[in-house]
Amino acid sequence: MTQTSKLGLDYGKVEKARSLARSIADDVQAFVETRTTVAVERTLARLLGIDGVDANQVPLPNVVVDHIKDKGLLNQGTVFCIGNAMVQTGKTPQEIAEDIAEGKIELDRLAVSDKKKIEEALMPIVNASVERIRARRQRRENYLGTIGEGPKPYLYIIVATGNIYEDVIQAEAGARQGADVIAVIRTTGQSLLDYVPYGATTEGFGGTYATQENFRIMRSALDKVGEEVGRYIRLCNYCSGLCMPEIAIMGAFEGLDVMLNDALYGILFRDINMQRTLIDQYFSRIINGFAGVIINTGEDNYLTTADAVEAAHTVLASDLINEQLALLAGLPEEQMGLGHAFEMDPMLENGFLYELAQAQMTREIFPKATLKYMPPTKFMTGNIFRGHIQDALFNMIGIWTHQGIQLLGMPTEAIHTPFMSDRYLSIENARYIFNNMRNIGDEVEFKENGIVRKRAAEVLDKAVELLQNLVKEGLFNALEKGQFADVKRPKTGGKGLDGVCEKGSQYMNPFVELMKGKK
Amino acid sequence: MSGGLYSMDSKDFDKTLDLTKVKPYGDTMNDGKVQLSFTLPVPAGAEAVEAAKQLIKKMGFENPLVVYYNELTPGYTFFNCYGSCTHTVDFSSIYVPKVESTVMEMKETDEYIRENIGRKLVVVGASTGTDAHTVGIDAIMNMKGYAGHYGIERYDMFEAYNLGSQVPNEEFLAKAIELHADALLVSQTVTQKDVHIKNLTELVELMEAEGLRDKMILICGGPRISHELAKELGYDAGFGAGSYADDVASYVAQEFVKRANTKK
Repeated sequence: MTQTSKLGLDYGKVEKARSLARSIADDVQAFVETRTTVAVERTLARLLGIDGVDANQVPLPNVVVDHIKDKGLLNQGTVFCIGNAMVQTGKTPQEIAEDIAEGKIELDRLAVSDKKKIEEALMPIVNASVERIRARRQRRENYLGTIGEGPKPYLYIIVATGNIYEDVIQAEAGARQGADVIAVIRTTGQSLLDYVPYGATTEGFGGTYATQENFRIMRSALDKVGEEVGRYIRLCNYCSGLCMPEIAIMGAFEGLDVMLNDALYGILFRDINMQRTLIDQYFSRIINGFAGVIINTGEDNYLTTADAVEAAHTVLASDLINEQLALLAGLPEEQMGLGHAFEMDPMLENGFLYELAQAQMTREIFPKATLKYMPPTKFMTGNIFRGHIQDALFNMIGIWTHQGIQLLGMPTEAIHTPFMSDRYLSIENARYIFNNMRNIGDEVEFKENGIVRKRAAEVLDKAVELLQNLVKEGLFNALEKGQFADVKRPKTGGKGLDGVCEKGSQYMNPFVELMKGKK
Repeated sequence: MSGGLYSMDSKDFDKTLDLTKVKPYGDTMNDGKVQLSFTLPVPAGAEAVEAAKQLIKKMGFENPLVVYYNELTPGYTFFNCYGSCTHTVDFSSIYVPKVESTVMEMKETDEYIRENIGRKLVVVGASTGTDAHTVGIDAIMNMKGYAGHYGIERYDMFEAYNLGSQVPNEEFLAKAIELHADALLVSQTVTQKDVHIKNLTELVELMEAEGLRDKMILICGGPRISHELAKELGYDAGFGAGSYADDVASYVAQEFVKRANTKK
C-alpha cells in the first residue's frame, strides 16, 4: 500500500518500526500462549454459564476457580474440570458450581471421562455462549445501520457518581448534549479486586463498580436515549486490572462498545504483575475482537508521569507494540483505540505545533485505527478559565488530525468528577470547534523542513531506536528497567502473580478457536 | 438578559478599602461583585430564572443578575449569574496556621543537611489507601520534579523512596520501619466522600499503636490538603496545591534539626 504523508514521513522507517514491534509482541505471545490465570479461568466459567453469588456474596466463578486451584487442578482449567463434572454427574455447569459452593462435590474426587465425551457435553453450552455474544454484536450493528452514529471524532465523556442510577441521569444528559461515548468510571481500587462484584450498585468512590448488572442498566438506558436523539450511543468501561478478561466477557454479554484494555497500563500504573496481566490481556482481546468492541490503550498515561516532549516516542513505540499484540489476538485495526495525549506544558513555545505533529503522525502511522486522543490533565491547574482554553486547543488538533475518539477535557479537571454543567461546557466547546474547523486538516499542509515535519521525523526516529533496544531486551526486561513512563516494575513483583500457571495436558479452551479473529 | 450591565447609576457606597470589612472587588472598591454558575433541577423558563435570582439573594447577594441559562437535559437548568455580595470579612483578624520553615532551594537544603545533620535523611513517600493517583507524590519526589522544581530524589542529602500508588497503610509503615525512615510523605488525590480523611487518620492511629508517631516526621499533601487540616488529623505538616519539593524538603530538614536540638 502506498501512503501519502502530509508530514513527509519515511514509510520505510514506519515499516521497520512495525516489524520490530512485531518481534517484541511475538516474544510475549510465546510466553502467554502456554499459560493461564485465575481470571482467564473465571472468564471461562462465565462462558459456561456460571453466574450469581454464594451465601457469602462470593461470585460463583470465584468459588469454582478457587476450588479448582485448591485441588491443584488450575493447570487443567475450568473447561476441562467442569466438562468432566458434567459427564460424571449429568448436571449443568451452574448446578455444579452451586454444588461446589455448598460443599456437595469435590472435582478432584471425580473419575476422569473420555475427552470426546467431555467435548460433546460442552459443545451446546459453548455454542450458546458464542451465539449470545454474536447476537449482541448484531444488535449494535442493527442500531448503527438504522439510527446511525455521530461523526468522528466521537465525543467521549465520563460519568462517575458512584451510583449507577445517578450515572444514568448524567449519561442521558450527556447524550442529549451531543456525546457519542459514555464511559462509566470505575470505583477507586476496583482494578485491584480479584473478583467482580455482583448486582446493581449505588455506592462507589470516584466512580461506580463495574458489574454485569450495572452494564445492563446503562446499556438499556443508552439504547433508549439513542433512539430519542437518533444516534447510537456507545458505552465504555474498563477491561483492565485483575479481572480483565472477566470484564471483557461481561461487556460482550451486555453489549458494551468500548473497553480500556491495556496490560501495559496495569503494569505501570496499577502495579499489576506483568505475566498475569499479559496473559489476561490476550484472552480479553480475543473476546473484545469478537464482540466488536473498540479497545482503548493507555499510552496517554505515560505522559502524566514522564515529560510529554521528551517521552513522545515512548507513546508511539508502545502504540506499535499494542497494535501487534492486538493483531495476535485477532482484533482488527478498526477496533484499535490506540492512545495518545495532549499533555505538553502549555507554557512551552510552539507547544501546539509539537502536539499537532504528534497527533498527525499517530494518525498517519495508524490510518485505520480509531485513535483515542486524551485531553490535558497534568497541567490543568484549577484555573477553569484557562483550562477551558487548553481543552479548546486540544479539540482543534482532534478535528484537524481526524482522531477517532476525543476524550473531552473538562475545565474542572483536577478539581472534581464532572458536574452535569462541566460536561455541557466541554461538549459545547468540542462541537463548536469541530463544526467551525471541520475541514482544516484537508486544507492546510505542513511546510517542508518546518517545525511540524521535523518534530514528527524526530519522534519516529527515536521510537525506532527504542524499539531496537526493546527487541534486544524483550518487553519484560524493558519494563523492569523503566523504559515506559519512568516506572520500573519487576517481572515477579506486583499483584496477581500467584494466579498464574502453565497449562497442563488436559487443558482446553474451545473459545479461542471459535472467537479469535472472527465476527 | 443583560439589563443593568451598563448601568450609569451612581455608586452610592463607600469606595475606600477597609481591611476589617473586606468584600469582593469587580471593578470598583466594595462593589461586592461575584460571578456564579450552578445548575438547578428545574425546567428552563421564567420560573427557573426567578428561582435562580431568589436563591442568589438567599446566598447573601444583592442585584442578582441571570446573564445566561440553558436546559442541560429535561428538568435541569444551568445558570451563569452575577450579584453583589452583602457580607464582609475582617481580614485584619485572620490567623491561618502555616508550615513554619524557610523555603530553601535544592542546593541550600543539601548544604543545610550536610552542615546540621551530617548524613542523608531517609524519606519514604506513597499515595496510600485505595488512591491510584501518583501525580502528587511524583511531583514532589520524582527526579524530574514538577514545573521546574526538582523532586526530592534529585537531592544529594535525601535518600528517597517513592512506593507509588495504592499502598496500604500497614505496608507503607512496614516499609518505613525497614528503611529507617526519618520522614513519611503521604499523598492523597482522591477525596470523594472524604475517603482521604479516613485513610490519613488510619495511618496516624497505626503509628501511635506502634509507638512510632514521634520517631518520624509525618507529612501529608494533596490538592485538598491544608496545613491546618493536617495538624487536625495529627500530622506534623500538610502541603496543598501549589507546593513543590522545595517546600517539603526545606521543612523536613529544618524540622529534623529542630527536633534534634530539643532532644539535647
